[in-house]
Amino acid sequence: MTVAILNIDWQTLADALALGGIYALMAVGIGLVFGVLRLVNFAYGQLVMAGAYALAFGSEWNLPTWVSILFCFAVVLVLSVGMDRLVFRPLRGQSPAVMLVATFAVAYLMQAVALLWFGSLGTIATSLAPLNRPWDIGGVEIRKIAIVTVLVAATCLLLLRLLLDRTSVGLHMRAASMDFVTARMLGVRANRVIGGAVLISGLLAAIVAVMMTVQTPLVTPDFALRDTIIVLAGVVLGGMNRPLSATLGGFTIGFASGLLGGALPTDQSQYLDSFLFVAVILVLLVRPDGIFTRGRGNVERA
Amino acid sequence: MKRPTNWLELAAPATLVLIAALLGLSASQSNQTYFIDTLVKVTIVVALYVFIGNSGVLSFGHISFVALGAWAAGVLSVPRGEKPAIMPNLAHFLRVTTVSSPTSLVIAAAVGGVFALVAGLALMRLSGLAAGIATFALLEIVHNMLRYYEKIGPGLNTFSSVPQTTGMWQAAIGALIAVVVAFAYQRSRYGRTLRATREDPYAASATGISIYMQRLIAFTLSGALAGFAGGLYVHFLPLNTEVVYLDLTFITLAMLVVGGATSLWGAVVGALSVAALDSFLAAAENGVTIFGWTINLPAGTRLVVVGVLMAAVLILRPTGITGGREFRLPGWWRR
Repeated sequence: MTVAILNIDWQTLADALALGGIYALMAVGIGLVFGVLRLVNFAYGQLVMAGAYALAFGSEWNLPTWVSILFCFAVVLVLSVGMDRLVFRPLRGQSPAVMLVATFAVAYLMQAVALLWFGSLGTIATSLAPLNRPWDIGGVEIRKIAIVTVLVAATCLLLLRLLLDRTSVGLHMRAASMDFVTARMLGVRANRVIGGAVLISGLLAAIVAVMMTVQTPLVTPDFALRDTIIVLAGVVLGGMNRPLSATLGGFTIGFASGLLGGALPTDQSQYLDSFLFVAVILVLLVRPDGIFTRGRGNVERA
Repeated sequence: MKRPTNWLELAAPATLVLIAALLGLSASQSNQTYFIDTLVKVTIVVALYVFIGNSGVLSFGHISFVALGAWAAGVLSVPRGEKPAIMPNLAHFLRVTTVSSPTSLVIAAAVGGVFALVAGLALMRLSGLAAGIATFALLEIVHNMLRYYEKIGPGLNTFSSVPQTTGMWQAAIGALIAVVVAFAYQRSRYGRTLRATREDPYAASATGISIYMQRLIAFTLSGALAGFAGGLYVHFLPLNTEVVYLDLTFITLAMLVVGGATSLWGAVVGALSVAALDSFLAAAENGVTIFGWTINLPAGTRLVVVGVLMAAVLILRPTGITGGREFRLPGWWRR
């Protein structure tokens, strides 16, 4: 059974939804930190990579699944907070371009460390492999992980929405991402808000790592690098200065590339990246604030 | 008021390039490749400096001009008889045309310049973060196209059988050309105008300067230099698309940042010092013996060290080791 247009079968559709969900989570992770620090974290994918290595070693040491997932969360959170302390904090107040170059350097550094310690061949994460088996839903077979990913992503986004809307930490975060200086004057504690954003963004990276290792069990030093580049493009497409528009941008680019990558023949889908990045440049020229934003906001802090 | 030209600002970086070339000539045959590689990278970093240093706008996209220059020079230099073997799907015009190495370098510079001009027409409206992301998108697009579009090159294959004409002297002369062009540009009215827009865009606009136009001129010029460097590169190493991609972007940006992005002296010092460190570590990964000590570092050490260095310089001394200033003699000498 297939969807009539473009020969898309249900599995492709589910995979595209799942990819959109993963990219949406990464987009929020990048967008939250951007909101409070005006810093595009190029090294976000390397956090995911570190989490994926944690899972791979967990399955290599035959740890129970829940222990290796806990291990993954611990590793990613420690790295995320460490990155904030060692790199982001000393760079506060620098221009966004300098911070972008700095996180680019950090991304490379982490990748090089992974290469040095774990080699280039990669390690395989197997603890969650059963999720790759298909589920039979009304005669249509869909891999479990696609459904699980969509559910997890939706739950995370909902919880995040509640956190931002209903709690005082969320209120502070939203205020800080609108106007950091004024928010500080009105009593928002800078370090607490930034620490909160960094922690949540780390949590999301760990969740992404768990989901992604099921889809791609082979963990190499450049794990999630490609995805980060595409998510960054998606965040820009959607609009960086609001978590919601960044999320929508991430979801759109993930869903579109999953769908087109699955539906188009190889000789066309290999140019998909060019197409996506041309779209990014066009959006930057026509609507620098992103397509999912209303009105004009200040993208860069003066 | 016309300021006298400070020729030392040209002589100092040019001397460094010459010293590097002479050191290279006296090195053993197997170590010479490190020096040639370094000189090509100096050319790329000087090209980066012409735009990033003078305008203050970030570009992750310059390696795409290097790649295009390399592709243009490479495709046109492979002997006609060998083209079908490595590039079976080449377009007719490229299949029947073969030029000499010097001509191919000129064409590489022209291709880099024209492409930078066309891309710049759109991109030079952007600055700050948007410019960083858009130029990154440019790098991705060019990488993707060169990788799969086999009518203009070898696609996923490696550029074999390009005549290896970039030796020590050719690379040194190439780097010197880049240094001279960068120097001539930065003391021309265009260079001074662009630096004025870097220091204060509002004041510069108020005096009637078109920031867009000035950035476009610098982008085109630095695109041409980057394309030229790509031409030198393809005549030195058998390249493929992965060589002129993220790693090269990272190492050349690191060189510029470590040296000090806002001066020609900084660009050359940064390129040479990072390259020296990088080459030493690369050699040490294969095992070297110094003063009787054998050093054997695991593979991957050099990227770690360069990454730490770049991050540390950005955090502790964002203006780079030269402070972003041009070369000046110490005070006691000038008096």
